[in-house]
Amino acid sequence: MFQKRIVVCLDVRDGKVTKGIKFRGNVDIGDPVELARRYYETGADELVFYDITASAEKRGIMLDVVRSVAAEIFIPFSVGGGIATVEDMRAVLLAGAEKVSVNSQAVGNPGIIGEGAARFGRQCIVLGMDALADGTMPSGYRVVINGGRTPTDLDALQWAKEAVDRGAGEIVLNSIDADGTRDGYECRLTRMVSEAVSVPVVASGGAGEPRHLREVFQTGRADAALVASMVHYGTHTVPEIKEYLHGEGIPVRLRYN
Amino acid sequence: MTVAIVDYDAGNLRSVETALARLQVDYRVVRRGEELREADRLVLPGVGDAGSAMATLRESGLADAIMHFFATGRPILGICLGSQIVLDRSEESDARCLGLIPGSVVALPRDAGYKIPHMGWNTIEPLVDHPLFRGIEEDSSFYFVHSYVPKPEQGESILAECEYGVRFAAVVGRENLVAAQFHPEKSGVAGLRMLDNFLQWMP
Repeated sequence: MFQKRIVVCLDVRDGKVTKGIKFRGNVDIGDPVELARRYYETGADELVFYDITASAEKRGIMLDVVRSVAAEIFIPFSVGGGIATVEDMRAVLLAGAEKVSVNSQAVGNPGIIGEGAARFGRQCIVLGMDALADGTMPSGYRVVINGGRTPTDLDALQWAKEAVDRGAGEIVLNSIDADGTRDGYECRLTRMVSEAVSVPVVASGGAGEPRHLREVFQTGRADAALVASMVHYGTHTVPEIKEYLHGEGIPVRLRYN
Repeated sequence: MTVAIVDYDAGNLRSVETALARLQVDYRVVRRGEELREADRLVLPGVGDAGSAMATLRESGLADAIMHFFATGRPILGICLGSQIVLDRSEESDARCLGLIPGSVVALPRDAGYKIPHMGWNTIEPLVDHPLFRGIEEDSSFYFVHSYVPKPEQGESILAECEYGVRFAAVVGRENLVAAQFHPEKSGVAGLRMLDNFLQWMP
């Protein structure tokens, strides 16, 4: 049976996760490779690394992280943040990532989506998108960039469709309104985009409780759900979330070891 | 034992390499037909377009070398695109393929109400008792990313099926060839187990 994916997101700066993550037993772990291995072993279906390294000189560190992660875990993972050219994409994919994610860079240069898809296959190219509720936009949501700080002229639904037409193989849809609230995903936005595009949609932003994943799978029609702080700080675990979803009749991958 | 991983410019092979490294087997990435001579087993990975993949395989002499490899009875594992090009032909780019298994490769239906590509984890249902499936629990999941599926002419070439709007052949095979539409190298412990089964397999 086809299963809903739980995607664990890790923010990495200068080769370290941004906040020490308390993984079972309250041990602070800052090494992204060690964390990746632990999430792999406890049933994450996929991982996403966002490189928020500010300085260009330190970008190479991320490629070392990607290489080490690829040697340790045998599930798909993607890398986003700072990918501005097809050469950047190539470096990350050759280092062992399954997919690359473009966000602000694709808004500034939409051509990169098609170039990447033509060169590496569309299954490798993920559009990351940050959306903010805005009644003046046709769909009711506006695309924002630079982590939500900068508004664009793009309508969220229109941009999602355009990106898929250009060759994006998946969309990670992050609600800036919901992000960090732990009050649940933005199901309305997720459903609208998921029903409008042919490719899988990963819901992001707002996860705090296992029931939020149920809501975004059932009501939001998401194909996958991204989780971060709700699992990073020991509040919930991936196995616990999966057991809950399974009990609610949502197909998930329960056998992972 | 040396395993040859065929590199024909169809996606990167890094995940197959790291998985074989984890299983502590010697492997070599090969780009030319003559490099297959010394190999004991062959892995044919790949993602992307069947037409350009076949063009590269023919130019490099790999297409003929793979046919010869098969004829000598040494084990072959196809993965993803590598499981499609072992059939006669593919709807994708109308490509003529290797023809090791009679049949064609067809697009997944777009009207079944399912997202295309089929991207994510799915269970498979073995139809035969093949050594490839040894020790793999029936509720194990495997990672798929594809828009086309193999459709062998003979039912006996289908070793396992999967359901995604339609039922399709998830594993095909014949004699010393097995080919999986999913990515065992990205399918966690169950996938590594399947790769290990392939390495132990004595067809």
